[in-house]
Amino acid sequence: MRLSKSLNRSLWVFHFNSGSCNGCDIEIVATLMPRYDPERFGIKLVGSPRHADVLLVTGPVVHAMKDRLQRVYEQMADPKVVMCIGSCGQSGGVFFDSYNLDGPVGDVIPVDVYVPGCAPRPEAIIDGVVKAIAKLERIQEAKDE
Amino acid sequence: MTSENKSKKAPYTIPIGPTHPALKEPILFTFRINGEVVEEVDFAPGKAHRGIEWMGMRRNPVQIVHLTDRICGICGVSHTFAFARAIEQIVGIDVPDRAHYIRTILAEFERIQSHLLWAGVAAHELGFDTLFNLAWRVREESMDLIELLTGNRVNYAIVQVGGVRRDIEEEKFARIKEGLRYYESLIDKLLKLFLHDKTINMRCRDCGLLTYDAALKLCTVGPTTRASGVRADVRLDSPYAAYGELNFDYVMPDLYTGETRGDVYDRIVVRLLEVAQSVDLIRQCMKQMPEGETLWETKMPKLLAACKKAEGEAVGRVEAPRGECLHYVRMNKSDSPYMWKVKASTYSNQLSWLEMLKGEQIADIPIIVASIDPCMSCTDRVAVVRDGKPDIYSKEYLHRLSVEKTRRLMND
Repeated sequence: MRLSKSLNRSLWVFHFNSGSCNGCDIEIVATLMPRYDPERFGIKLVGSPRHADVLLVTGPVVHAMKDRLQRVYEQMADPKVVMCIGSCGQSGGVFFDSYNLDGPVGDVIPVDVYVPGCAPRPEAIIDGVVKAIAKLERIQEAKDE
Repeated sequence: MTSENKSKKAPYTIPIGPTHPALKEPILFTFRINGEVVEEVDFAPGKAHRGIEWMGMRRNPVQIVHLTDRICGICGVSHTFAFARAIEQIVGIDVPDRAHYIRTILAEFERIQSHLLWAGVAAHELGFDTLFNLAWRVREESMDLIELLTGNRVNYAIVQVGGVRRDIEEEKFARIKEGLRYYESLIDKLLKLFLHDKTINMRCRDCGLLTYDAALKLCTVGPTTRASGVRADVRLDSPYAAYGELNFDYVMPDLYTGETRGDVYDRIVVRLLEVAQSVDLIRQCMKQMPEGETLWETKMPKLLAACKKAEGEAVGRVEAPRGECLHYVRMNKSDSPYMWKVKASTYSNQLSWLEMLKGEQIADIPIIVASIDPCMSCTDRVAVVRDGKPDIYSKEYLHRLSVEKTRRLMND
């Protein structure tokens, strides 16, 4: 896979919990651990959205976190890709009729890759990252032309 | 911000969260800092509030079982288990013996994965990422076993009102035993890596102290309270499922170190020893497990009809990996519960932060906050109930009320 100049080595990921049940968050960390080891491709969690290429959003976006999610999204440098992990970020999932949801994630910020599942398996998350890389390439190609 | 904080002199007020690299979940801390020392702490949970109880009061018990799974992705069995126990008491369901044992085995596997998860996170908070990776690598074994038994890595959906959805077949026993042997051979290594490491000793000994009296006064539960020397464990204090027939005792830090100090180190000791205890409990369960049914009623309409007829209230308590998890349910001859209240273990434990963090250094905040194994998604479910109608008061809502009142007064 060919990546842009700024992305040809590694993909840094920022994880944002918008009020999830922790299931997806744990699976994200499990994905980064030695069994799957995406760190050999340079994929790792970073502490600041300003360093990140990919924003992983988990949870159905509860009221208190909507503003924070938008701010974190705006802080990220372009080109960026948003991945929504888990069913509740797509549709509300099991929390669909809650009174405290401002989500799903797609209503708050633009989402590029959806990873369905409650919670998605690490393999599914890795597949999502591969799709995110392809999307970043397309963004870059469009810019180059 | 008050006027004294606007001055450029110490103490300073530092907000941390709700999104911060040191925090794994959204919560807002406010620290009053003097130099490197924390003078005062306050925290504002509620950033993961999804209104689960409100939703539950509109769904039937079988649907709620799937909702309880998703109160917390780490201790899903505990919440479902506690809820099912409450409903079973109200409806008068006699859970088959085999189901009791299967529930116990699952609860213990959950404890193993949760404690290893925590051990990894604790190592990460100390900056010891090698140990973090190691703990999470060995945790995958328990995830494999949970997947074998339930079909899922997270949100297992195996506990059902009246029993469990899946049996543990004979041919799976060999694989489970293999996993248990793996952990038995590993536990000494883990204890050595965590407890005899110079760095961990320096960072965790006498750090984040919670005295015996404070632990009692703040009503802490689970490993947090046991690390302070309080002998409390729901599994032993009021045995449920198969725990009454198993042979085990409270896990106290002095078993290993010979003394109880109530610091972060002691909390690590308790959690690691509990991994060994859980392995032993699963072994006992597998030896004693009786044959028979696993579900009180397999036909869903019959089960729902029985729940619909029921009237009364009950409390279901289980010992989750983080401590006591309590579900209060009231049924009133209708499809959905009249009242459902969840008290997760972190709810009891989080006030001990104020005690532990006082006088500690800024650099110790992450490990002390992590040391009670907080789970905000378990805890954030507070809602105000008025006229039988649950409601949540946001700042905007109160503001609107205030504006409306002004208008009303002006119109009069």
